[in-house]
Amino acid sequence: MREVSIIGVGITKFGELWDKSLRQLGLETGLAAIKDAGITSKDIDALYIGNMAAGSTLQQEHVSALMADYCGLAAQNVPATRVEAASASGGLAIRQAYMAIAGGFIDIAVVGGAEKMTDVSDSESSYTVSMGSDEQWESKAGATFASLHAMIAQSHMQEYGTTREQMSAVSEKNHYHASMNPMAQFPFAISAEAVSNSGMVSSPLRMLDCAPNSDGAAAVVLCATERAKKYKKKAVKIIGSGQASDTLSLHHRKHLNQMPAIKIAAKRAFKSCGKKATDLDLIEIHDNFTISEIIALEEIGIFKRGKAASNILKGETKLGGKIPTNTSGGLKARGHAPGATGIAQIIELVQQLRGEAGERQVKGAKIGMAENHGGTAATAVVHILEGE
Amino acid sequence: MSVPRFWRELDTRYNLIGSYCKITKTYHYPRRSFNPEAGRESIGSMEDYQFKGTGEVVSSTVVHQAQTGYEMFGPYCIAIIELDEGPKITTQIVDCEPEIVKPGMKVKSVFRKLGEDSESGILHYGTKFILDESLETTNDEDGNITDIEV
Repeated sequence: MREVSIIGVGITKFGELWDKSLRQLGLETGLAAIKDAGITSKDIDALYIGNMAAGSTLQQEHVSALMADYCGLAAQNVPATRVEAASASGGLAIRQAYMAIAGGFIDIAVVGGAEKMTDVSDSESSYTVSMGSDEQWESKAGATFASLHAMIAQSHMQEYGTTREQMSAVSEKNHYHASMNPMAQFPFAISAEAVSNSGMVSSPLRMLDCAPNSDGAAAVVLCATERAKKYKKKAVKIIGSGQASDTLSLHHRKHLNQMPAIKIAAKRAFKSCGKKATDLDLIEIHDNFTISEIIALEEIGIFKRGKAASNILKGETKLGGKIPTNTSGGLKARGHAPGATGIAQIIELVQQLRGEAGERQVKGAKIGMAENHGGTAATAVVHILEGE
Repeated sequence: MSVPRFWRELDTRYNLIGSYCKITKTYHYPRRSFNPEAGRESIGSMEDYQFKGTGEVVSSTVVHQAQTGYEMFGPYCIAIIELDEGPKITTQIVDCEPEIVKPGMKVKSVFRKLGEDSESGILHYGTKFILDESLETTNDEDGNITDIEV
């Protein structure tokens, strides 16, 4: 297996980008990433696209060909592949490119994620998000995506005594981090009280526990490490990658307050590089809801089961704490554009590991992890990156 | 939902028909022709089974921002319940204040309207659950059809 490095990144601000189309967002980030990498379109062997919902929000499938075409790669007949795993689409697209390069099939791939969630009404985008769970036996029974996570939270509160205050601390911290990220959808701080008093979505989850459904795009250039130096001085290596599946429906799980796919994906990623949880300097977590961040930190092994929430409240996951988590602002405050989210997480790590994260820089960061999952963690994908 | 997509699950939805695996002696809902725990040995060993329709709440929530098609019910209770035979399902708990539903409460199935495709589209019926204690209190007061026990 060959080593793989990330040599270029490009990202849009996430949010309500009504003036921009999916193809425009993809083009902007793709161009920014190849410019950052110092390559030209002639160097690109393959294109991977993370996208969850273009079929339901834009009535457009075949977005791989669409992106290749509008990024000027159709004339060169560059192979383009769309990867879909609900909100894990972006992370999974990176993993496909990583495997193709590590396996020696190609040398350079552009991985782009793009999503348009606000061209449709709130209720349509919410239903689209719930398609990541079991449409027939969850959504059609009246369960929203938030309500499934509300039951996860209810179960976690009952078993481990997790509190409202602790969940609010997750959003407060992520917004604080986003206040230092100019690309964040909500680049401002909010108080834990504001989270605790926000409108009820599905008890116990309130509006400020939930990540938004955003428009946005993100792209990275992956390159065989042996060729990376030719293009980029500060390449960041992908040293570990792991993926796992679980039952699609939450109700088919043994424990409602656990997300075993995350644990197994992380274990596989750690094993692939011989690292452990204590080696990590920072983590990007898939905090689609505050409870997800709490559980994911437990599954990865940063904190013991039932202990993450109290440590978050203590500030252990804040910038300057033991293990800064979601320095980008996370899904909650950077924004959540499903197909782009997993790639945006990787970009945050690259910026941190290059030492280019500005105000929110984690001092001396060498190793970072990104955890990206789809549905109620029926798909989880974890990457570990190392800077130079 | 398209007519065939709903129609082919009718007995599963109306009558709580699932499967019993003769190899592992376990129950499954919805119906499966293959038991993931037993592997391919289970093909041909899955029998139809009608669940009793009784169970217990494992976790629940009051949904304030309703799912599409459920807007007229809001706020409503969604719960994951464990049927007495073992499998868990996601369902709406009706005929009570949604806030009173708590883990451990006993529930019982009822036959209800789930939704409709459009004003002129087909109606969808299926199974919802009520608190077991509330069975006596759900008698018809206004001459409307109320619960039909499954």
